[in-house]
Amino acid sequence: MTTLTKTEDTPSPTGSDAFLSVRDLRVRFSTEDGIVKAVDGLSFDVERGKTLGIVGESGSGKSVTNLTVLGLHNPKTSTVEGEIVLDGQELTTASEKDMEKLRGNKVAMIFQDPLTAFSPYYTIGRQIAEPYMKHTGASKKEAKARTIEMLDRVGIPQPAMRFNDYPHQYSGGMRQRAMIAMALICDPDLLIADEPTTALDVTVQAQILDLLKDLQQEFGSAIVFITHDLGVISHMADDLLVMYAGRAVERGSVREVLRAPQHPYTWGLLSSMPRLGGDINEELMPIPGSPPSLLNPPTGCAFNPRCTYVDTVGGGRCSSERPPLADGRAAACHLPVDQRQDIFIDQIKPRLG
Amino acid sequence: MSDNVTLPKQGHSDTTATTGEELLTVEGMAKHFPIYGGFPFKRKVGAVKAVDGVDLTVYKGESLGLVGESGCGKSTTGRLITRLLEPTDGKITYMGQDITHAKRKELAPIRSEIQMIFQDPYSSLNPRQTVGSIIKSPMEVNGIDPPGGRETRVRELLETVGLSPEHYNRFPHEFSGGQRQRIGVARALALEPKLIIADEPVSALDVSIQAQVVNLLKKVQEEMGIAFLFIAHDLAVVRHFSQRVAVMYLGKVVEVGDRESIYNRPRHPYTHALLSAVPEVEVEGDGPPRERIRLAGDVPSPINPPSGCHFRTRCWKAQDKCATDDPPLVQISGNSEGHLTACHFPEDPIVTAHGKDVILDPALAALEDTED
Repeated sequence: MTTLTKTEDTPSPTGSDAFLSVRDLRVRFSTEDGIVKAVDGLSFDVERGKTLGIVGESGSGKSVTNLTVLGLHNPKTSTVEGEIVLDGQELTTASEKDMEKLRGNKVAMIFQDPLTAFSPYYTIGRQIAEPYMKHTGASKKEAKARTIEMLDRVGIPQPAMRFNDYPHQYSGGMRQRAMIAMALICDPDLLIADEPTTALDVTVQAQILDLLKDLQQEFGSAIVFITHDLGVISHMADDLLVMYAGRAVERGSVREVLRAPQHPYTWGLLSSMPRLGGDINEELMPIPGSPPSLLNPPTGCAFNPRCTYVDTVGGGRCSSERPPLADGRAAACHLPVDQRQDIFIDQIKPRLG
Repeated sequence: MSDNVTLPKQGHSDTTATTGEELLTVEGMAKHFPIYGGFPFKRKVGAVKAVDGVDLTVYKGESLGLVGESGCGKSTTGRLITRLLEPTDGKITYMGQDITHAKRKELAPIRSEIQMIFQDPYSSLNPRQTVGSIIKSPMEVNGIDPPGGRETRVRELLETVGLSPEHYNRFPHEFSGGQRQRIGVARALALEPKLIIADEPVSALDVSIQAQVVNLLKKVQEEMGIAFLFIAHDLAVVRHFSQRVAVMYLGKVVEVGDRESIYNRPRHPYTHALLSAVPEVEVEGDGPPRERIRLAGDVPSPINPPSGCHFRTRCWKAQDKCATDDPPLVQISGNSEGHLTACHFPEDPIVTAHGKDVILDPALAALEDTED
């Protein structure tokens, strides 16, 4: 069942069953051109051992959200409001020292581009061993043994030899495996994977995704999986959050959202993607226009300038009133639920094949 | 600004142009990039065999998809065909004329007929030129004066690709990624080419924008009858766009055929592995289960490719013969005409799950064994 059961506006009491709980998060960056509202009132929960998928296009705020969870934003240029509660601990107000204890230990991150995420100056082994030594106080020798064990687990051939290699000596897929080893070395409770396979080839992507899934079962970590690829999400996640212009527009379990999506943006995403099993003669239905600038997001529903159903709602509500995202399985749209269901069944579903 | 291209719906059949006239043929084309090393005098110490014996045919007005993983030589193939690179070996024939080693002057009239669309719309447009002069320059270089003048023609082209003619005097930075790619398409169309090499034209774009550009290219291809060599790594996009598809692995074409054959009745193990690795949007339990093949490791280095069949080091059906004999690209019994496969031990022509999963990745296999 879905883990996303809390209302957006009422902050839940801390210490609920959710392992990570984000409430009404707002992240703003001040730039020369003005204030960028990168994340604008986002709430979600992740349970232990479950995977939450976050999908959205570039600039939808999905990465910023998770950098904020880890406290990796620059406090000089950004303001963070709202609550981030990890296992009962409030993170938005936590000191840098406390965050340091968490990072790499309780929360770990897998980045998109493994070549830039590793330092070219140190060996892979040293970089993986470092967080382990820091967080557990292990000796160099113990850390090395543990690192080699982890490298073996993620499928690096001859791990004892590869321990002393530099990042450039690894191939793309192997680097991403090494990054997974680094993330899992302290047995984290929460793993944030930010587009972990976007830079990889399909055959390697399939290996890495399966590996992550199998390792999750073994380690029991919760995963926040960020991607723009609905196909990847459908294989990885239990729950799904669709983001647009810094806000959540739809959420529910993967099954619910993919079987019967309710938000026009999700419809647009699904019908603009060609599929292997789809009808070739069916035109792709792109979403018109392009994503909005977050310097000056549209009023009301942020999707209204690109939405085909603005007139169906009528009364200019879409551009004046921001639709709320209700509890649990929900979509932030002014269309009545019955009408959305009818539109999906009559107009959208037939073209998805 | 009309960013949305409306397309007339037309019932086009799946097998158009496969029997048409040959536009471009490539036989045994190779490109080896030398590697220099040594001190104090640099000597040639090896070669990156980026393309190592490619055979392809593009027919008039058809779209041929070229798929493969990064480093398999698909972009180099595109650049060799446009003769931006000089082939090391093989033969390229364009409309009956051998252009393999044609000189600059001999190539000049052909260059206008073969155009290219690049992957990155940010670096393929000169930031110091206006959109108008970017699209106009191919006409200036080739001395083409369309009726009504070049500027009118550019404005027409802008409209064709779904931009507004008023954008003529703007600069590339004023446009979004999808719009820039449209400018690239307009530039490629400026000379009314017969063949367009599109090198990953949509992979740098967001999903919702990708579909806009794919639809535009499809419209251009169908309405103007331009042949496309569509290079991409996304199998679903290629399936949507191309009537015929060629699959490349480590500098060689391993399988080629019409869309239906490649996607529904593939024979080469690598094609099976590629198709099974595509993350499809699907809810578990819906539809028949697909094959599950997980290869081990990455693509080997093209500096020192495996002997015989290049795929044998990652193949689950490899035998001694594969290491010694390079399999020819031929029609295997049971395949439809034009469906060629380079494999000694081809797979069954189905893509749904049958028999056991093929898990070659050692870490994955270890983890999944303990689960069972």
